[in-house]
Amino acid sequence: MLVVFNIIRIHNLISNTPTFIERGTVNVEYARALQQALSVNLTQVATIVIVGVGMTLVVATGGIDLSVGAVMAIAGQIAPLIFLGPIADRFGMGVANFLALTVPIAVAAGFGLMNGLMVTKLRFQPIIATLVVFIGGRGIAQVLTNGYLQPFKNPSFQYIALGRPLGIPTQVYIMFAVVLLALFLVRRTAFGRYVLAIGGNERAARLAGVPVGRVKTLVYVISGALAGIAGLIVVAINAASDANLNGMNMELDAIAATAVGGTPLTGGHANIVGTLLGALLIQLVRYSLISIGVPYEFALVVNAFIILLAVYFQRQRAA
Amino acid sequence: MTAPAKEQQAKRPGRDLLRYGLLGGQSRLVFLILIGVFALGSIVFGSTFYGAYNLKTMLVYNSMFAFMALGVTFVIITGGIDLSISSVAVLSSMLAAWFSRFGLLPALFLTVLIATLIGLFNGWMVGKLGIQPFIATLITFMAARGLALIAPKIFAIYLPALFPNVPIEFWNANVADYSIGIDRTKNFQSITGEIWGIPIPIIMIVVAYAIGAIVLGYSRFGRHTLAVGGNEEASRLMGLPVVRIKMAVYAISGGMAGLAGVILASRSGTALPTEAVGWELQAISAVVVGGTLLTGGQGSVVATLFGVLLLGLVFNILNFINAGGFSLTVYWQSVVRGVFLFLVVLLQSPWSTHRNRPSRNSQRPGSVSHGNSPNASGS
Amino acid sequence: MDSPDVLLQMRDICKIFPGNVALDNASLEVRRGEVHALVGQNGAGKSTMIKILTGAYQRDGGSILFDGRAVAFRSPADAQHNGISTIYQEINLVPLRSVAENIMLGKEPTRLGMIDWRKMNATAGELLRHVGIEVDVTRPLAEFNIAIQQMVAIARAVSFKSQLVVMDEPTSSLDDQEVETLFDTIRRLKANGVAVIFISHRLDELFAICDRVTIMRDGKTIETRDVKNIRKLELVSRMLGREIGEVQRGATSFTRAGERTAGETILEVEGVESDTILRNVSLDVRQGEIIGLAGLLGAGRTETARAIFGADPITAGEIRLKGKLLRMGSPANAIKAGIGYCSEDRKAEGIVPELSVADNMVLAALPHISRNGLVSAEKRRQIVEEFVRVLGIKTSSPDQPIRELSGGNQQKVLLARWLCLHPELLILDEPTRGIDVGAKGEIQKIVSQLAENGVGVLMITSEIEELTEGSDRVFVMRDGASVAELTEGEISQGAIMTAMAAEAGSHSAEGEGAGAQGAVV
Repeated sequence: MLVVFNIIRIHNLISNTPTFIERGTVNVEYARALQQALSVNLTQVATIVIVGVGMTLVVATGGIDLSVGAVMAIAGQIAPLIFLGPIADRFGMGVANFLALTVPIAVAAGFGLMNGLMVTKLRFQPIIATLVVFIGGRGIAQVLTNGYLQPFKNPSFQYIALGRPLGIPTQVYIMFAVVLLALFLVRRTAFGRYVLAIGGNERAARLAGVPVGRVKTLVYVISGALAGIAGLIVVAINAASDANLNGMNMELDAIAATAVGGTPLTGGHANIVGTLLGALLIQLVRYSLISIGVPYEFALVVNAFIILLAVYFQRQRAA
Repeated sequence: MTAPAKEQQAKRPGRDLLRYGLLGGQSRLVFLILIGVFALGSIVFGSTFYGAYNLKTMLVYNSMFAFMALGVTFVIITGGIDLSISSVAVLSSMLAAWFSRFGLLPALFLTVLIATLIGLFNGWMVGKLGIQPFIATLITFMAARGLALIAPKIFAIYLPALFPNVPIEFWNANVADYSIGIDRTKNFQSITGEIWGIPIPIIMIVVAYAIGAIVLGYSRFGRHTLAVGGNEEASRLMGLPVVRIKMAVYAISGGMAGLAGVILASRSGTALPTEAVGWELQAISAVVVGGTLLTGGQGSVVATLFGVLLLGLVFNILNFINAGGFSLTVYWQSVVRGVFLFLVVLLQSPWSTHRNRPSRNSQRPGSVSHGNSPNASGS
Repeated sequence: MDSPDVLLQMRDICKIFPGNVALDNASLEVRRGEVHALVGQNGAGKSTMIKILTGAYQRDGGSILFDGRAVAFRSPADAQHNGISTIYQEINLVPLRSVAENIMLGKEPTRLGMIDWRKMNATAGELLRHVGIEVDVTRPLAEFNIAIQQMVAIARAVSFKSQLVVMDEPTSSLDDQEVETLFDTIRRLKANGVAVIFISHRLDELFAICDRVTIMRDGKTIETRDVKNIRKLELVSRMLGREIGEVQRGATSFTRAGERTAGETILEVEGVESDTILRNVSLDVRQGEIIGLAGLLGAGRTETARAIFGADPITAGEIRLKGKLLRMGSPANAIKAGIGYCSEDRKAEGIVPELSVADNMVLAALPHISRNGLVSAEKRRQIVEEFVRVLGIKTSSPDQPIRELSGGNQQKVLLARWLCLHPELLILDEPTRGIDVGAKGEIQKIVSQLAENGVGVLMITSEIEELTEGSDRVFVMRDGASVAELTEGEISQGAIMTAMAAEAGSHSAEGEGAGAQGAVV
């Protein structure tokens, strides 16, 4: 897992902003940096929340989805291929952008379907099934463009990340839309009840006529599609698709947000709002640490510790 | 029903060795494929492929995976998984580099000791706290990588600030390229040297796998590890120290990752925290390809070595193909690896095995017997 | 010590679980070299007794004398090291390891710290010969059938020089020939002075191999008798706690308000077999009937219910619902066809513990109360309110997690899960087990009303009054087959017990106990 490149990149970004520890006093630059960190925080948290919501649904059925990062990379790689390619020339930019926003998500959902079928039909353990896509998926994303970066400038496509209706980034709208939809799904629909029933007692659910296989497959499809959306957002922010970096470590962040948000990893509960708060908390801790001069890398250690605590307390409560 | 008394195989220790430590059906197949791939490569690419230089380079590079795979084989046999090995390896490489000033053996010893303790921490989370292996080792995966990343800064900035009297060279870290240097005046790097023309890592691998095979095949610990993976509840009922066995296998896995880290540091000449990314999957894939069951209870050390060699050879050949001008990029490697893993897991999955196993051995879901097993773990 | 040949003396054993007294001053005495049967209905306390003996549970009162010493084992492993081994129904061995390893696990012979495979295989082979079989001990255990696996477990027990071997339903998955092999081994053990506690629900076997029998009921020891001196029917009546011919009206709350007239046939089961244990099950249910399904534990009642419900596949025979052949293979299809099934195991197969009362209740009805996948809050509320009221479910709120409810109220919620679907056929597997007397009566009333409303009810129960008072007809099962149908006038405790206890023709058992045959009323 290529954690590191990402971290180094962010590390450089942060060490380029003047550091505070050397000056020893809180000053204007500190305040500016803090503000910057917080805005980075909210935009960064959007993709984690979007993917985390899918993860929460999968975890609620008692599964896990390791493939989200790789699926993000695939989706992110496909979009520029569409609007930079012959489709744009032949059918115009409007059609190309439409396809660039839909096809990658459909492909991502397709990978989710693959995960789901491996779990339900081939009866792989979820961790193994999604590990297959985790390993192979990023390779596929890289192969699509031979591993090369695809830089682009496409304001209408990038609107999904950089647009600011009412001064708020579009991705934040998307994030809240996903959260609300998921809340609706869990609380109001039969599907939501099925998800919780399966995670809570699969045998009982089956005997109550719950279509266990279909529901399980569908949560992986949803998780895949949401990862696809997140992948597009990342690409749009960066104005370039990078199969090596897009979605790197996203599975860790999403699992962390889910666990910290109070969804037990053993299934049966889906705390969507918790996942939102969990992602915010993790990012907040991370950036607070950075802003007081703790090196960014240490955030990983803190992140690990937060998950350990969350899992530990979950077990305590269950006992 | 009762098979007529067959002649006991015990009189033939050679058969024993094959049966108890080394080769199962899949391993034999992997071995044949290994030979086939090697022959193919030799025919197509000639001496540049089978020549000593290529083989040595390939084997030394893969020795790091071999160590990690050896350790994680034990973990997987208990039905667990260790995702933290790549992070532990890279942290170990930084430690080894820093300890290199004390000479090879102290550096080796200290590094492996610390890595073993990290592994023990995994074992504690899994065995004592009862956290799922995947989550527990994911936690260590993140923490160890974080520590490795931060190490140069600690040595280059924080510790010098704390101890201004100590000469800065003592800390021996470079924040500019984020590395920890190796003390080249000492004999540390001799670990990747050669004896009689054979690279030492290769010798170490042979020794480690021999020991591993003996431990798994001929020690109580090894057999009990297999038993715990095969039926944890039964093992507990039969009085095996299940928690201690689990802690031990994770400790072994950590220690082996530490060894891989030492070799990594010595090979690169400087320890970088950005190394060893994704290696845990390489190692786990090798274990699975070798034929060790991911569900636990069945596994072989030598088979794992075959798995490591097979993956190593395949990717070596992919590199040759690239050098030959075909546009098969390095990225295909992970696609190939994913497909590989899929096929192997498919072979092991209930989907492919449930039809040819005698159905009588499977528990009948319908007949609910009175009272569950006494120690059934609470969820 | 009462007499020198007493090996085990368990006296006044008490065990209390939260809300449930499992053992109430129960006692058990086993002599050296005897085969001692322990019998009783489900929940009689046999398992708890054994678990306390082997250290899986700790007792709350009483004493255990083993081989003249007062003992209290900490774990089954501890008990084994002190001479008590247990052979579990689900073989608790390691299938992928060799036969020899399974026998020797934990005490492998070593030389210079390395396992001496040669010696280990030889020792294991020797131990197996001791119990009467010879197999290649180097093969994985999984390659052998259950009987051999049991022999391996017994050989392991012998290797610990066990003086007492506990066998918990050892024959439940063996065929006749395999049972004979097992019995040979038991006789060998006996000849070597080893005592055996034998738990089985197949009475024939008990009479074939056991010397004495201890009968338990409701956590108490009823009596211990020589097998020679007890008739099979008497044994069954003691297990069920009913004297033969005893008439006891009003033990249940089943009602017959109006004339219950059986309508057309809903369910026909003909010659059903499965790869679980069913071999030739035939029965039928008509509208407005309560059909009792009787049988001792392990007779195949639950398996029959699961087969009808599509939870387990069948390998032969036909199941027809209103004349139409059911080819479903999934509970979801069975539900669509109008069948409901309440499992006997509420916790594992009934409730979803973390979900609310309301969610548990409407789980199966979700397709009916949702449109385009959207659950109608109004319909959901209506159903929940109606059934909470009608069934008198005691819950602080419909949103309370179901795990917080008492057993009886949980069972009512599960009943409501099916009632709100208005099923044509309802299969109830031990609907009143493990719930308090008050709730029991209420559930019996509800079931009666259902039948009056025209629902066909197939009720599995181990309580004989529920059969005699609640059922319009009773089918009796034994050893995976339906063996008798009792109609209105024929239903009596005696008739039911006779059918349950009678020997299967194909299953004739030799031995000293066979005299019980013909003792049937």
